[in-house]
Amino acid sequence: MARPQRPQRASLLSRIAESRNGAGLIYMLPAAAFLLCFLTYPLGLGVWLGFTDARIGRPGQFIGLENYIWLGRDPVFWLSVFNTMVYTLIASVLKFALGLWLALILNQHLPAKSFFRAIVLLPWVVPTVLSALAFWWIFDSQFSIISYVLLEIGLIEQPINFLGDPTNARLSVIAANVWRGIPFVAICLLAGLQTIPQSLNEAAALDGATSWQRFTKITLPLLTPIIAVVMTFSVLFTFTDFQLIYVLTRGGPVNATHLMATLSFQRAIPGGQLGEGAAIAVAMIPFLLAAILFSFFGLQRRRWQQGGGD
Amino acid sequence: MSQQAVPTGGQTAARSDDIVGMQQFDTLPRRLVVVYLPLAVFVFVLLFPFYWMAVTAVKPNYQLTDYENYSPFWVVEPTLEHIRFLLFETSYPGWLWNTMLISVASTVLSLLASVFAAYAIERVRYTGARVTGLAIFLAYLVPPSILFIPLAFIVFQVGIFDTRLALILTYPTFLIPFCTWLLMSYFRSIPFELEESALVDGATRWQVLTKVILPLSVPGLISAGIFAFTLSWNEFIYALTFISSSENKTVPVGVLTELVRGDIFEWGALMAGALIGSLPVVILYSFFVDYYVSSMTGAVKE
Repeated sequence: MARPQRPQRASLLSRIAESRNGAGLIYMLPAAAFLLCFLTYPLGLGVWLGFTDARIGRPGQFIGLENYIWLGRDPVFWLSVFNTMVYTLIASVLKFALGLWLALILNQHLPAKSFFRAIVLLPWVVPTVLSALAFWWIFDSQFSIISYVLLEIGLIEQPINFLGDPTNARLSVIAANVWRGIPFVAICLLAGLQTIPQSLNEAAALDGATSWQRFTKITLPLLTPIIAVVMTFSVLFTFTDFQLIYVLTRGGPVNATHLMATLSFQRAIPGGQLGEGAAIAVAMIPFLLAAILFSFFGLQRRRWQQGGGD
Repeated sequence: MSQQAVPTGGQTAARSDDIVGMQQFDTLPRRLVVVYLPLAVFVFVLLFPFYWMAVTAVKPNYQLTDYENYSPFWVVEPTLEHIRFLLFETSYPGWLWNTMLISVASTVLSLLASVFAAYAIERVRYTGARVTGLAIFLAYLVPPSILFIPLAFIVFQVGIFDTRLALILTYPTFLIPFCTWLLMSYFRSIPFELEESALVDGATRWQVLTKVILPLSVPGLISAGIFAFTLSWNEFIYALTFISSSENKTVPVGVLTELVRGDIFEWGALMAGALIGSLPVVILYSFFVDYYVSSMTGAVKE
């Protein structure tokens, strides 16, 4: 025998490993175990905790909808919902507009284009908490550099109270969020822009289309699917934002910048009311589901546009 | 416009699309206003906070708030005092070490699990593989801010509260979905024929994965690894919730909770901490910009 023949009856394990479903199961096992233990189970547990009066270190009793009824009467909760909506809406619109603008600029023929692309992405790479600290210092009530420049120019008389005044605080955290979000939107849209053939634009230009017409009739329609996906991600990240608020304002002044995520943290961890915090977190899920469905249909549409079946 | 285009159009028709483009129509003043000026403003705004961080980190305390006598925009006598304070009088080096350890461990764990999962979904194609793929994508969209309360509960029950293990085990919740999703699209680009010929030659699935697929997907692995490392380095809410003792904290949590004390802010030390804490990811990023960008846009495009 030149080669050892395959044994008549392979061991059970190797037979499983060679069968399609058996192999699939074995290879999926590590990831599946992790995700079931630390993602699916906590997700279910979170929903359950929302129906209990659990505290840190105490499992808690089932109390039905009491947490939700309590929250329904809590003006701070409704304020946080309102804040989250305003924050997400304004920040996302700004991120989209400025990000698209930056992407269009970077899509031009530029000297040192890849260098610009690399440094523009820096705000996204750096840890949010650490860049938020820099913004904290930039927004300082006494020694803000922005106030200093405006005072020198003579536009204002007093230093701006960036984080102490409700309206200013909201605008300041939105500004910091937009600063961090622009690069993500811009670089993703740039990747989309680069897939649009230049010849379409040239053909339209030959037919006498103005640059605005080329933008609205060629670039935007071809970019729509990727815009849908990028903005879904962006909305999702903004809606569940926690770090920036926690560093800059901790929800203050007088809860004017509390988002649902920060309120949920404040009630659950320093406040010890795990059940109530979980209920606030669960209240975020419907909004997230809406965003995910939107993203899903965006993906489907993109696939359909590319002519792929599966 | 069209008159200019006619003569050049004939010459460039045979060439590829993007050689000249339509740049020829843009005059320099126009480009200056439409492209370079906005670009300069964008770059300035996006980079200014880093400059401000760096300037503050080396500014002596007496200049820090004295805008009358010293221009705030630069430093007269730069000092390393803040950095020295940070490295020798706080637990900062320990936080750096913790963050490094946790990020590397959770990245390696996630990559291992993700390679197997992505291979199974994309190539073994067991019954229900497509549904699993979709579930992985949905798992990627579950944000940490709705998971941290139940996870804190679990971490407490298991008895790993306030240990680095708690973070190493929970970070893969957002890393595995991301890495699997990325590697799935990477594996999809590897021709099936390579795998088939290996199978015909008698290779087992394990050999196909380790000898054919993995060597071909090194760029994909690098992309996923770098992005996962950055994500775990930047993670905040789990680290804030699960860790309470100073010696187990990560950089973002440590800087925020231990360096900010009372009303007198040590701005110099804070900014130095922020700067040094950002350096590892920035250095990694600068070496692998293209991988980083491809993984970021890849997650969105697929």
